[in-house]
Amino acid sequence: MATRQSTFLGRILAAPSILVLFLWMIVPLGMTIWFSLLRYNLLDPGNESFIGALNYEYFLTDPAFFTALGNTLLLVGSVLLITIVGGILVALLMDQPIFGQGVVRLFIIAPFFVMPTVSALVWKNLLMHPVSGLFAWIATSLGFQPVDWFSNAPLFSVILIVAWQWLPFAALILLTALQSLDGEQKEAAQMDGVGPFSFFFYIVLPHLARAITVVILIETIFLLSVFAEIFVTTGGGPGLATTNIAFLVYAQALLQYDVGGASAGGIVAVVLANIVAAFMVRLIGKNLEA
Amino acid sequence: MAVYSVRRQVTMTILAWIVGLAIFFPILWMVLTSFKTELDAFSTPPQFLFFHWTLENYAEVQERSHYFHHALNSIILSFGSTLVALLFAIPAAWGMAFSPTKRTRSTLLWMLSTKMMPPVGVLVPIYLIFRDLGMLDSRFGLIMVLFLGNLPIVVWMLYTYFKEIPRDILEAARMDGATIGKEIIYILAPMAIPGIASTVLLNVILAWNEAFWTLNLTTSEAAPLTTFIASYSSPEGLFWAKLSAASTLAIAPIMVLGWFSQKQLVRGLTFGAVK
Repeated sequence: MATRQSTFLGRILAAPSILVLFLWMIVPLGMTIWFSLLRYNLLDPGNESFIGALNYEYFLTDPAFFTALGNTLLLVGSVLLITIVGGILVALLMDQPIFGQGVVRLFIIAPFFVMPTVSALVWKNLLMHPVSGLFAWIATSLGFQPVDWFSNAPLFSVILIVAWQWLPFAALILLTALQSLDGEQKEAAQMDGVGPFSFFFYIVLPHLARAITVVILIETIFLLSVFAEIFVTTGGGPGLATTNIAFLVYAQALLQYDVGGASAGGIVAVVLANIVAAFMVRLIGKNLEA
Repeated sequence: MAVYSVRRQVTMTILAWIVGLAIFFPILWMVLTSFKTELDAFSTPPQFLFFHWTLENYAEVQERSHYFHHALNSIILSFGSTLVALLFAIPAAWGMAFSPTKRTRSTLLWMLSTKMMPPVGVLVPIYLIFRDLGMLDSRFGLIMVLFLGNLPIVVWMLYTYFKEIPRDILEAARMDGATIGKEIIYILAPMAIPGIASTVLLNVILAWNEAFWTLNLTTSEAAPLTTFIASYSSPEGLFWAKLSAASTLAIAPIMVLGWFSQKQLVRGLTFGAVK
């Protein structure tokens, strides 16, 4: 039914959005690439000079980069593992006949709506504080030494907070997928006397495969850029213990004013994210045709 | 179906409530702490329910730190950016849903890919542009950034909703001689409003909680609640109760909106890949 006239209209209507997004993407990104090739420090204005790939060389050979890359991968990987496994368990539980399901569901999604700065500070000060935190009290009551979470296990603490924020997302999506499982398939499996474990591994898990992929990809995109939780709890420390790539680039730009170096780091972050994005776009694109 | 035994249902119910409460506990604990005196908030063993309930933290949060100034900023930023995004996205999604071309699919995917660019990749130039244009700590600048950041999601969500409007109705209206204007006002708009409403809801939630650009581009004047709460991270004294009161106020409105939007959430956040 798309006549030539309406096709033309459709293009006109979409044009403003495409244009602003194009500018938003290409202008700053182009500037980042250009800055990354310069010696450019905000504390030393007027002395910008072209130095080619030197910033990349510095950034990529800096031991801080490897620490940050390792932290980033550990953070993303751990949070994915916790939220996927936890999310499947929570979703399976929520799919059971339970009283007050609606209320429990609200409890479970709630953390997703908490702004990152709030969840980070509440966990740090009310729960994980080594003196007044609830965890310290639990440890003491059970006869253990309270743990100073952010000094002794800083990255683990950040992982815990971020995982708490993303568990609801995984659980909600997996539950939605779970509920679309064919009831007849369930009954057929029951009639054939399939045990709960085989049922899970041969029927439920394959059915969830697509949803799990979606969760992994979307979470990865956001988790690569975790920033606020680190910013308000540890400031990247102690040392570099909780510095991820995003925080490293931020520190280089706005704390050390090294525009050139930070830009090179930013481009490295973009390349990393693009590897994930390529998979994501293909997956969603496939779905779009169906 | 009575296949499930009562015993199993009871066991599952107990288990589910334990898990649910455990996940919700940090929020519950924060709300409880917000009603304590600073002394009770810091006491060991912790006080669960039998403490001196007080509202003084809520009063002090406002008096000392202009809570409402920041709350107003959060409202302006989240609704402002959503509104601008709608102005751009409704026509775009309408065009792509009702007169698709060969390139519509790749255009949509390209839009999506802009969302996947990590913000640190463009932090430096955006910061410098803002500094040079005097837009650091300005609401206008932040609305623009939030709008552009969420535009792909808004277009996508609207597109998936518009796509579900049956085309037969449109064709029938055209046969009856409806102009494009009438078609939009009398037929499309009423059918699209639920979709638009849930898009607004999700986008407001995302913008309200956005904490990369707000932390980096605002300090006080345009600072929304994310930045305001972050100011409690400085270790000057132990203000757990006030932190809790401020946090409770900051998340309460969005929690309510979020609970209403939970059905749309899955669809919006997965770009229609899981429904």
